[in-house]
Amino acid sequence: MELRGHRIPMAFSLLVWFAIWEVVGQLGLVSLLPPFSEVIAAFPEVVSSETFAEAAWITLEAFLIGMALSFAIGIGVGILMGTSRAVGSVMGMWVNIFESSPLTAVVPALMALLGFGLETMIVTVFLFSVWVIALDTQVGVERVNPSLVEMGRSFGATKRILYSQIVFRAALPELLAGIRLGLIRGMKGVIIGQLLIAVLGVGYLFELYSRNFLMPEFWALLIIVFAFAFLASETVAYFERKVALYASSR
Amino acid sequence: MTGRASITSDPGVGAPSGDGREPAVRIVELTKEFSGGVRALGGLTFDVPRGELTSIIGPSGCGKTTTLKIVGGLIDATSGSVEVDGVPVTGPGPDRAFVFQDFALMPWATVLRNVAFGLELRGVDRKEREETARAYVDKVGLAGFEDSYPHQLSGGMRQRVGLARALAVDADILLMDEPFASVDEQIRRQFQEDLLRLLSEESKTVIFVTHSIEEAVYVSDQVVILTRGPSSVSKVVRPGIDRGAGSDDIRRDPAYLDWVEQIWHELRDYLER
Repeated sequence: MELRGHRIPMAFSLLVWFAIWEVVGQLGLVSLLPPFSEVIAAFPEVVSSETFAEAAWITLEAFLIGMALSFAIGIGVGILMGTSRAVGSVMGMWVNIFESSPLTAVVPALMALLGFGLETMIVTVFLFSVWVIALDTQVGVERVNPSLVEMGRSFGATKRILYSQIVFRAALPELLAGIRLGLIRGMKGVIIGQLLIAVLGVGYLFELYSRNFLMPEFWALLIIVFAFAFLASETVAYFERKVALYASSR
Repeated sequence: MTGRASITSDPGVGAPSGDGREPAVRIVELTKEFSGGVRALGGLTFDVPRGELTSIIGPSGCGKTTTLKIVGGLIDATSGSVEVDGVPVTGPGPDRAFVFQDFALMPWATVLRNVAFGLELRGVDRKEREETARAYVDKVGLAGFEDSYPHQLSGGMRQRVGLARALAVDADILLMDEPFASVDEQIRRQFQEDLLRLLSEESKTVIFVTHSIEEAVYVSDQVVILTRGPSSVSKVVRPGIDRGAGSDDIRRDPAYLDWVEQIWHELRDYLER
């Protein structure tokens, strides 16, 4: 961002928004919006509470297991879809339907099926994230330069080496984009799942704070979740930038 | 010099080769029909003499690259046969190494790893394959660029990496698919000379696909001229240019210019029809 030739750091924009937030909060215009300083003050309380530790742990557990499933199955299916035209056309339609469908509606059915526990959250994370990973992997594999594959074959690469060392590596730019989007969707999935289940994890904490009108705590928790999501996606974006160098020269 | 040149009206089998030994590659009645009914090759027959450079030239879309890929074992022929040292080709093999038109370098790997990749796939241990790779990086004139990545190199340098990779596996036969097509003209000439110098040190059999008549005459011992697709061999000629004279003299040599003209006449027929 530049203003009259001066470079303005990104953090400045955040500061401006926090200042506006503080003013609006102090004026007491919206009862849901406490001043930013109060939210800051609520941080230590939220973070140090035992309910938070418990909620964070169960949320993270569901998120990580769900994402691991998504990576394994999404990347596997994506590679199949990208390499075999038959699989691509059979699976493609379904993957696209699920990718664009409002899966939140399925969560109550999952609860009926799997109960109000970890399983439901894991499946929710999986269902939210797996499709975009499969689709982006497919695109990545389809864009692999055919002569790279021919090169591998001509120098005697086995099928396994061809896929693990050439196709997978060459598809990495799109694959990482899929992983980043998948992570964000998985995060949405775990929170939405917990909000609907309403007895577990960070979603339960949101419920608890808003039901008891603990707005500073509510906002503090929201900022923590935002920061976590941002950090996770930026970490993947960092690797994406590293491979972007060769995305154009494959 | 012109006395050494000979032209055969009977293409393929029987064309006089360099020393009369068994040909390195024998191609007999090769046809290729792609799915969808496109007939690319309509029965190709020619020999590739051992230790020589044979160019394949022809109108664009005539199946030059298809032929090369069949010899490389990368695609299957519909009928006919390709024999390397008397053994029918059924797939890629360590006796043949490919140089690709678009270089086919792994963009995530350094020059050294790219050059060593053929050896890596053959299970040669790291120290040994890097030593070999280093030697060939040096030979193709890229010393100092071992740790660079392909996107940091120019097109000509990238193809040098591709050439080094093919030389490093020490295959008897080099298959070069328009290796200089993506390289600009000035660098191309330098590269042609470097290629000839390298080949004279390595004693390889080379099949070289090109669309440049001048290039074919300049680098080849034998030129196979193909008709338009579905292609067959129109003529096999042996320019036999004396390369001792130095490149600038060769390009002004009447014999060289005659050959360029002859091949052009041969090809022009297929363009006009």
